[in-house]
Amino acid sequence: MDIPALYDDKLRELELKANEARELVIKTLLEAGSGHSAGPLGMADVFTAFYFHILNHDPKKPEWEDRDRLILSNGHICPIRYVTMAMSGYFPIEELKTLRKIDSRLQGHPHRNALPGLETTSGPLGEGISQAIGVSLAAKLDNKNYHTFVVASDGEHQEGNTWEALMFAGKHKLNNLTLVLDRNNIQIDGFTENVMPLEPLKEKYSSFNWEVFEADGNNIREFIDVIKLAKKVFEKPSVVIAHTIPGKGVSFMEKDFHWHGKPPNEAEAKKALKELRTLQGRIISEHE
Amino acid sequence: MLNPDLHLNSKVFDKDVEQKATREGFGEALIELGEQNSNVVVLTADLSESTRTDGFEKKFPQRFFEVGVAEQNMAAIAAGLGISGKIPFISSYACFSPGKNWETIRTTIIYNKANVKIAGHHSGIMTGPDGATHQATEDIAITRVWPGIEVFVPCDSNEAHWATLEAARISGPVYLRFTRDKSPIITTDKTPFDKNVQMYWVSKNPKVVIFACGYLLYYALLAAKNLEQKGVNVLVANISTIKPADEKTIIELAKKTGKVVTVEDHQTSGGLGGMIAEVLSSNLPTPMEFIGLRNTFAESGKPSELIKKYKMDDKAIEEAVLRHLKI
Repeated sequence: MDIPALYDDKLRELELKANEARELVIKTLLEAGSGHSAGPLGMADVFTAFYFHILNHDPKKPEWEDRDRLILSNGHICPIRYVTMAMSGYFPIEELKTLRKIDSRLQGHPHRNALPGLETTSGPLGEGISQAIGVSLAAKLDNKNYHTFVVASDGEHQEGNTWEALMFAGKHKLNNLTLVLDRNNIQIDGFTENVMPLEPLKEKYSSFNWEVFEADGNNIREFIDVIKLAKKVFEKPSVVIAHTIPGKGVSFMEKDFHWHGKPPNEAEAKKALKELRTLQGRIISEHE
Repeated sequence: MLNPDLHLNSKVFDKDVEQKATREGFGEALIELGEQNSNVVVLTADLSESTRTDGFEKKFPQRFFEVGVAEQNMAAIAAGLGISGKIPFISSYACFSPGKNWETIRTTIIYNKANVKIAGHHSGIMTGPDGATHQATEDIAITRVWPGIEVFVPCDSNEAHWATLEAARISGPVYLRFTRDKSPIITTDKTPFDKNVQMYWVSKNPKVVIFACGYLLYYALLAAKNLEQKGVNVLVANISTIKPADEKTIIELAKKTGKVVTVEDHQTSGGLGGMIAEVLSSNLPTPMEFIGLRNTFAESGKPSELIKKYKMDDKAIEEAVLRHLKI
C-alpha cells in the first residue's frame, strides 16, 4: 500500500504527536528509574512518522499477516517504540508506567514474546538487519507485498554482523527492505567518530549495493518524503541515513553522549517536560 | 544381547558392517522434507557439500540460501524466516554454529522462540585430521543449557534421518548434532526411533548401565559384548535425545543397576554425562564413570587413533565398567 499524501494539517498533527511522545518518554523513564534518554528523544519524529503515517498496520491486529514490519535493531531505544505503540492503540498508555518493572510486558530491551507488535527481540547489537532480511525473504517466498523496515543505530555499524547482513541484502536485491540508520553520532563511550570512525557511511552502503538516501530525521515531512522514494527503489535494498539530534527537544540532553544510557532524575524530568511543553520557551504552556 | 524388540542391525558386530556418516542421513532427510513441506528452507555458511545440504540446493534452489562465511548472519536471517512461517535449517560446523554465533542464536532464535533447526556438523574428536579447531567438543553443553530447545545426538545415519524429520515436526528451536566420518549402522529401517531412552543391549542381572549417545554407542555395544564374555552383565541405553531428558527411564535404569557409565564424544562436563548427573543427583544419587574428553583439547589424527588415545573406545569403556565394579 502506498504511503498517503501528507497534508499540512496532518503534518501539524504529527509534529504535536512527536512532542507528546517525547513528554511520555521522559515520564516513562523517570518512573522506570533506568533506561536510555538520548536515542528515544532523537527518534521521536521517526517513530511518530512510522506509527501514524508510514506503516500499513492495525494496532488491534498486531499479527495481521499483511502488515508492514517495523523491526528495531538497537533495542535500547525501545521507550520511544513503546510510547508510540501505546499512543497508536497497541496497549493502554497507562501501561507505560510498568517499563522495566517486574511482571511487565515492557521489558528493558524489547522481547517479541512479551508484547504483541514488537516483531523481534533486540538489545544485543548488530542482529536486527539480519532478522529483517529473513522477514523480507519470507515475503518474497510467499509473494507478499508488505514492506520490511528496520531501524538500526550508527554505533552498531561497528558490529561485524551488520556488514554480513548488508552484503547479503545487496546480493539478493531485497527491494522490499528499507533500513533507517539513526545517525546521531553518539554511543556509550563517546562520539562514534572518536570511538571507532564509521564514515564515509554513504559510500560504504553504495559499495555494498544499497540505494542510499539521506534525511533530517527530526523533520517529519522530509523523512516521510524520503521513505516514499526509498520504497520505490526497484533493484536494491534501500537505506535512509536519518540525521538526528540525540536528546532532541531537551536542551541539556541534546548532543551530549552522557545521556545515551541514563534516565532523568525528578528535577531533570521537570525541567525537560517544561521545555517540551513550551517548545523550548517559544510558547507558553497551559500546564504552567 | 542386542534388544530383539528394536530390530537392530544383526550384522553390527561383523567386521564388514555397513558404515555411513550421520551427515548423510541429514542430507537425505532434508530432501524428503523439501518435498513434503514448501515452508522448509535451508541456509549454509559456505559448507553446502561438507554438511550435505547440496542435495537440497539442487532440488530446491529457490529455498536454499548461501550466506557465505557469516555464521551470525545465517542464524539471525533464519530467525527472521522462522518468525515468518518458514522452517529454516541452518547448517555449518558446530564449532562455528552454534559455537561462534552462540549469542546470536540465544537472542534471535531461542529467546524469540523462532522455529529454527540448528545442524551442527563435524562434532567431536571424530572430525580427526582437521585438528581441535574443528572438533566441536562443547556443543551439547552450550545448546542444552538454553531454555526450550530440544537437542538430538543421533547414533547412526538412520537415526540422523529420523531426528531431522522429527526436528521439522517440532515447533521451536532444535539442535541436531552430526559427525563427519562413516560409522557403523546400528539400526535398521524397522527400528522404532524414539525421543525416550531405548535399551539397545539387554542382559540378565545387569551390574552397570551404560548411557551412550552418538556414534560411540557402537563402541559401548562392543564393550557390552566383550564384558558379557567375561561374565559381566551390563545394559546399554541409547540417548538420542539429550533434551528433553527422559528422566523416568534414566532413574529406573540407575535404580536397577546401581552404577552408571556415560559415553560421549564431547567434554565430560556439561554434555550427556552432565545431564545424567543432574537427573540422578536430584533424584537418585548414583556412582558414575564418565567417558569423554577430560578438560583438554584433542589434536589431529585418525578418528580411530584419537578415540584410543583419548580413552573413548570399547576398551576404555570396558575398563571404566570394570573399574566401577572394582574387578
